[in-house]
Amino acid sequence: MEITKQEVEKVAKLARLELTDIEKAAFAKQLSQILTHVETLKQYDTIGVEPTATVLGQVNVFRPDDARRSLSVDRAVANAPESADGFFVVPKIIEDRQPL
Amino acid sequence: MSIHKLSLYDLHEKFTAGEVTATEIVRAYGLRIGQVESKVKAYITQAKDAAVAQAGALDTSLKGWRKTSPMMGMPLAIKDNICTEGMLTTCASRMLGNFVPPYDATVIAKLRAQGYLLLGKTNLDEFAMGSSTENSAVGPSRNPWNLQCVPGGSSGGSAAAVAADECAAALGSDTGGSIRQPAAFCGVVGLKPTYGRVSRYGLIAFASSLDQIGPITKDVRDAAFLLGAIAGHDPLDSTSADVPVPDYLKALKKKDLKRLKVGVPAEFFAEGLDAEVEQAVRAAIEELKSLGGEIKEIQLPRTDAAVAIYYVIATAEASSNLARYDGVKFGLRAKETKDLLELYMKTRQEGFGPEVKRRIMLGTYVLSAGYYDAYYGKAQAVRTLVRQDFESAFRDVDLIVTPVTPTPAFKFGAKGDNPLQMYLSDIFTISANLAGVPAISLPCGFSLDGLPIGLQLIGRPFEEETLLRAAYAYEQSTQWRAKKPMIR
Repeated sequence: MEITKQEVEKVAKLARLELTDIEKAAFAKQLSQILTHVETLKQYDTIGVEPTATVLGQVNVFRPDDARRSLSVDRAVANAPESADGFFVVPKIIEDRQPL
Repeated sequence: MSIHKLSLYDLHEKFTAGEVTATEIVRAYGLRIGQVESKVKAYITQAKDAAVAQAGALDTSLKGWRKTSPMMGMPLAIKDNICTEGMLTTCASRMLGNFVPPYDATVIAKLRAQGYLLLGKTNLDEFAMGSSTENSAVGPSRNPWNLQCVPGGSSGGSAAAVAADECAAALGSDTGGSIRQPAAFCGVVGLKPTYGRVSRYGLIAFASSLDQIGPITKDVRDAAFLLGAIAGHDPLDSTSADVPVPDYLKALKKKDLKRLKVGVPAEFFAEGLDAEVEQAVRAAIEELKSLGGEIKEIQLPRTDAAVAIYYVIATAEASSNLARYDGVKFGLRAKETKDLLELYMKTRQEGFGPEVKRRIMLGTYVLSAGYYDAYYGKAQAVRTLVRQDFESAFRDVDLIVTPVTPTPAFKFGAKGDNPLQMYLSDIFTISANLAGVPAISLPCGFSLDGLPIGLQLIGRPFEEETLLRAAYAYEQSTQWRAKKPMIR
């Protein structure tokens, strides 16, 4: 399995990771190696085999819908890189528009 | 009496009897840590004054009467991916370098309610991704038996702290061997419980279908004792199992393996297994036989697939779990970014180390359009076959015995920049996570270079008692635990 630099760039964008050129080259080589090993799984016949997502077999675990105490706003934002008045601050998302 | 040399259980008995105070315990461990920590580097954060204050308050509150909780006054070290309210929890990552959790993990809440003493948070491979602690953003921990060797990983700090007597016991987490492998490398006991036995609430998620918290201890009795203190159903973790918690210490009463069938899977003694490790494990199997165990050859034919399955499923789950590190709600934020996309991309570039990035990339790739069925779907299906191998083996035997690792602890840098080589060294531990079954690692000898060798026992789901019984019988009939590292 050969992973190209272009594929690395595409996956990095999906993963929201900025990579240096050195990282891109290294990951192309290493991911190729690892995926080549992963392809050994092809030798196992899995027709009709149910996939395992979790081992316990629980389905729809419910709890009573009761109100309970939660973190205060102050504590919830205490670790935020930037906050104001109990809100998380992020760069502007909505573009400025010309007034009508 | 040197307090730091006592086992957790012995210390508990002395504390209960009033022969030692919490303040004396914290002082003794403070001294011990002061002596050896600069060499071992097991801790990322030490509680220091906070632990002294906690112990003082505990002693004051106990004046005139004695305690009842198992972990009261017990000095423990906690892997730094388990949330501790008010104390830094970094995952050994720049991303969480300043993260102070506003809540306790359920295991910590249980220990806190019992009055335990938190000595500090131990080192790990970043986000528990690795087998040596070399992936820690603050630098590696060292193996107390040979400071030129890795302590194993990812719970390397916890295992090194226990081996170096820098705590009475520790908690680790195990996704593909991260409790058992460092326990084997450091000559201590490590138990990965059945998936669902211990709550994962507050364990910073790596691979949610595989992660499990467990004890790393000086001996088997301590593992039984500490498991009892943290196990049980938790409404805050929907994957925790509603199964009663037995008295694990009671399981140790039978000091034999009578009427137990012990399976030896040929696939775990194949090429690549170091001769000294094989010899030690084979000798241990003889010992299990002389303790009354009936030894049977068994097959786990899909063992070869384990590493490939694991590095698809674990990375897929990790790429999803680690999407939360976006520079908004907590953790690192890159400076001077012009829009939200750049904020995400730069924050994650700066915050994650190479191994974490590699796994996010791999996980994103195997989940991406066009590859999902070929990789992720395939791995999940072969995972079912691995589980079936175990189910079928456990119809014939009560326990499975194997090596923990192909070799004893390796030197720093030995696996270089070949990640596949590092991944393949997890071959013997990964299957238990894929199948969700419990497994314990305990010392079974030493290499000629004086490095510890580990024995792995694997059991049926929720049959930790059988594992502990057999491990204790073996431990009591051998003398490996008497040997302690000379830290120099």
